[in-house]
Amino acid sequence: MEGAVKEQQQAQPQLIVSVGPHMRSSESTATIMWTVSGALMPAALMGVYYFGFRAVAIILVSIVTAILSEALTQMALRKPVTVSDGSAFLTGLLIALNVPSSVPLYIPAVGSFVAIVITKQLFGGLGFNIFNPALIGRAFILISFPKQMTTYYKPVMNVTGMDAVTTATPLGLLKEDGLAALLEVFHTKAELYQHLFVGNRAGSLGETSIAALLLGAFFLLFIKRYITWHIPISFIATVGLLTWLFGGTEGLLSGDAIFHMLSGGLILGAFFMATDYVTGPSVRSAQVIFGICAGALTALIRLKGGYPEGVMFAILLMNCFAPLLDRRVRSRVFGKIAVKELK
Amino acid sequence: MKKVSYWAIFKNGLFGENPVFRLALSLCPAVAVTSGVKNGFLMGVAVFFVMTMVNVTVSLIRSFISPKVRIPAYMFIIATWVTVTDLVMGAYARDVYKEMGLYIMLIVAFAIVLSRAEVFASKNKLIPSMIDGMGMGLGFLLALVLIGITREFLGKGSLWGYDILHTRPLLIMVLPTGGFFAMGLLMGFLNWIDRKVFGGTGASSGGH
Repeated sequence: MEGAVKEQQQAQPQLIVSVGPHMRSSESTATIMWTVSGALMPAALMGVYYFGFRAVAIILVSIVTAILSEALTQMALRKPVTVSDGSAFLTGLLIALNVPSSVPLYIPAVGSFVAIVITKQLFGGLGFNIFNPALIGRAFILISFPKQMTTYYKPVMNVTGMDAVTTATPLGLLKEDGLAALLEVFHTKAELYQHLFVGNRAGSLGETSIAALLLGAFFLLFIKRYITWHIPISFIATVGLLTWLFGGTEGLLSGDAIFHMLSGGLILGAFFMATDYVTGPSVRSAQVIFGICAGALTALIRLKGGYPEGVMFAILLMNCFAPLLDRRVRSRVFGKIAVKELK
Repeated sequence: MKKVSYWAIFKNGLFGENPVFRLALSLCPAVAVTSGVKNGFLMGVAVFFVMTMVNVTVSLIRSFISPKVRIPAYMFIIATWVTVTDLVMGAYARDVYKEMGLYIMLIVAFAIVLSRAEVFASKNKLIPSMIDGMGMGLGFLLALVLIGITREFLGKGSLWGYDILHTRPLLIMVLPTGGFFAMGLLMGFLNWIDRKVFGGTGASSGGH
């Protein structure tokens, strides 16, 4: 009997029978991850341009540690090794872009390790992590090595990275010494905005150059359409609105919204980390709520909290709420009638 | 009721139903006082004493307690022994008491103490109850010391206050966040050992 079936199968032409879906888009996890990594390249290159060779070393260490951690953990857990999907590469790159240029190289390595092993693999791997791995990695190293992680250097713009001068970030200056001190360094407001926009200021590797970040974001938003405007725009607009309302020293409406929107890690966080598919909501209206709440938390931490910058903590806190938000705003199922009306 | 050996009862508290790693009860003190080995150890000793004495007392008077008011009655017994511990520590260990005094009083509210009084001591004779209290108390002590070692070594580079590494590798570990990290990782690690070495199921349920 079995033999007969086999013969019949051999005689028939080779037809592929499989379960749906049969029409697939050409996009896969790997193409998305590598494209997002690519979109971050302008920012990474600007980081190298401003902070010299050390930036290259940090980026390499961070990415290599992330990929190794992912491969070794997956081998230890006897899971298929999926480092080629680029998600570990992206996490490593994001951590590198979120540390100051002066950190000892073991710090981004620790960050990448925590991000991949604890935040991602121990929770079940890509797609199962509650929190954004890169941000947990950064939070871990920020709290563990507070001094090294908050010592920022002025951009040096030479290859060796020598002659570096430590300085506070614009947000740090504003928090510690007020607006007057900030204007002393950057002379006029127009010059301040200009420096912030091109990235010629102290800060983490990849967060300084707003122009480069926006270039990458534009690519993802309008050319590849991997992210939508909902999270980033509501996030940034809320930070702008709240800092304008409450950020000034001369009462309401005297805050400097443009400064707050351009400084810190807001642009990097809003476009590249809050938009993570896994840890953010996927319903559009939930995304707007997510962005607004993250923006409000960021403004709250920046204006009233102990840290000068709050984007990281804001996104992490909102990560917890992403599944709840998705469930809360779920659209009504068409044709479904509430039980009460039936009675 | 099936006859169980004293050793099995004792071992149950240490490993099989370890209060922190298995029952996941009383996690709040397990995070709050374990930033150093010393504090964890002393807290463990205090809980060991309280649990043993509470189980003994409850077991002794279990036939006099009306089931309807058993919980308040247990709470009185627990509060009595915690007060005894508190006063003794206050009298003979001033230095430690200054640091730990608040947490000693909080033993009253530890879920694990009440839970053993209710689950075990109220249904068993004196000796098994005492051994259960000792086993559970020792299991708690062991867990607190393990978490304390992990956190103090990684966070301060020292053990029992003696500087070993002369550096502070990961500051986060002495902060409350690090307590959760250490506890979660240790719990996972012990479950893993249990599954690999002893073939257990390694399950643990949530608690307070």
